[in-house]
Amino acid sequence: MLPVLGLFQRAAWARMPELLLSDAALSALRLSLETAAISTGLCILLGGPLAVVLARSAMPGLRTVRSIVLLPLVLPPVVGGLALLFLLGRTGLVGRQLDLWFGLTIPFTTAAVVLAQTFVAMPFLVVSLEGALRTAGRRYESVAATLGASPALAFRRITIPLVLPGLMSGAVLAFARCMGEFGATIAFAGSLQGTTRTLPLLVYQEREVDVDGAVALSLLLVVVAVIVIIVGRPRQLEGLS
Amino acid sequence: MKRLLIAGVALVALAACSSPSQSASTEQPAESRTLTVFAAASLTESFNALEQTFEQQNPGVDVVLSYGGSSDLAQQIVNGAPADVFAAASDSTMKTVTDAQLTAAAPTIFATNVLQIATAPGNPKGVAAFADLAKPDLKTVVCAPQVPCGAATAKIEQSTGVDIPAVSEEPDVKSVLAKVSTGNADAGLVYVTDVNASKGQVQGVSFPESSAAKTNYPIAVVKNAPQAELAQKWVALVEGQDGANILGAQGFGRP
Repeated sequence: MLPVLGLFQRAAWARMPELLLSDAALSALRLSLETAAISTGLCILLGGPLAVVLARSAMPGLRTVRSIVLLPLVLPPVVGGLALLFLLGRTGLVGRQLDLWFGLTIPFTTAAVVLAQTFVAMPFLVVSLEGALRTAGRRYESVAATLGASPALAFRRITIPLVLPGLMSGAVLAFARCMGEFGATIAFAGSLQGTTRTLPLLVYQEREVDVDGAVALSLLLVVVAVIVIIVGRPRQLEGLS
Repeated sequence: MKRLLIAGVALVALAACSSPSQSASTEQPAESRTLTVFAAASLTESFNALEQTFEQQNPGVDVVLSYGGSSDLAQQIVNGAPADVFAAASDSTMKTVTDAQLTAAAPTIFATNVLQIATAPGNPKGVAAFADLAKPDLKTVVCAPQVPCGAATAKIEQSTGVDIPAVSEEPDVKSVLAKVSTGNADAGLVYVTDVNASKGQVQGVSFPESSAAKTNYPIAVVKNAPQAELAQKWVALVEGQDGANILGAQGFGRP
């Protein structure tokens, strides 16, 4: 908490409205919220099934898969950005073909921001959801099956409601991680107002010339983080405290 | 825990005693001394070479070089970092330090730098002039206007009336270079010294308009520097013939 207090102490409150309502700040905030929302959606879409497989399947090599899923969590984000660049960049493994066949280049686009955020945030969702699935166990599903429910019905009516809190807290953590994403974004997507310059990128750039501006934007990120945590109220976090 | 604390206090007290005696004992050259130099990242190759010269000329002296973005270094000095010398890549970042009255004397300009267009080796897109960067099908990356290389870019854009539709405004010049050397951008505006330091990973295209936006490199001894006398010597070396030769070989201009 203390470093955040330092931010509050350093803030130029009189200039706050002017600093936060600038074109650059508003467009960065909008871009950050939009990309973080899309990325969180992608995390649920891709990470959800993955978590189910990790929690329920008994196929060999599962431990290896889990380690790979966790990799972005322990990798420095800028390394993740470079990895994305060498996979999907214009001269990258896959990116070269995309450019050749469809004339599609991903770096410097909003899609690159979303990909970078999804990459770093996905483990948060998968870990949360997998934990919830394991805690929920299969007892209720078994009971549902004995009562004649099909696996699909049991999954929809029993499993999903049971793990919904875990899914929510995972999504909230993933969203928060997306909002704060910096390293992978700058390495993979670049920085351009309205297209790829999210709030953390703007903070990094503003501190070069206007420390007041950087502090104001940092506080904005703190406020967003606090709102996200209050709204999402992740169970795991409460359990830890 | 308590014992640790006492040991810590004793250490601090010892350090406090020893530092004045160290600076007073400059007549004993056998004692090893450390000169701390804060320098802009673009000076890395030149200052590394000068470090060797300096340590040969001053036995027992260890030069510690801390490289970084000029504005970061300036902020660190303003916040009390123990630097002896500060060499910045722009007048404005040096001004942060002089405004805080933290230089021993007025800074002097020891080198200049100009922008160059960096392209992939062989210049496949045939970029020949600054005006070519306005072509919409060319992916050009520049520095953000908040950093010195971006300010220089904006100045040239203004004086030539050429508007570059950049796909990204990077936070520092090395990021621009990386986007070009990895092949993700067709062209980037960097310093001529960055092109030289990239050792063939990018090809440089000079343009005459670059002279309109020369970047100055000021150097100054930091006020109350722990090694003020050595700091003066370092500045003299950088501004002398050895410095001029090494900086010139990297592509820096003379002020």
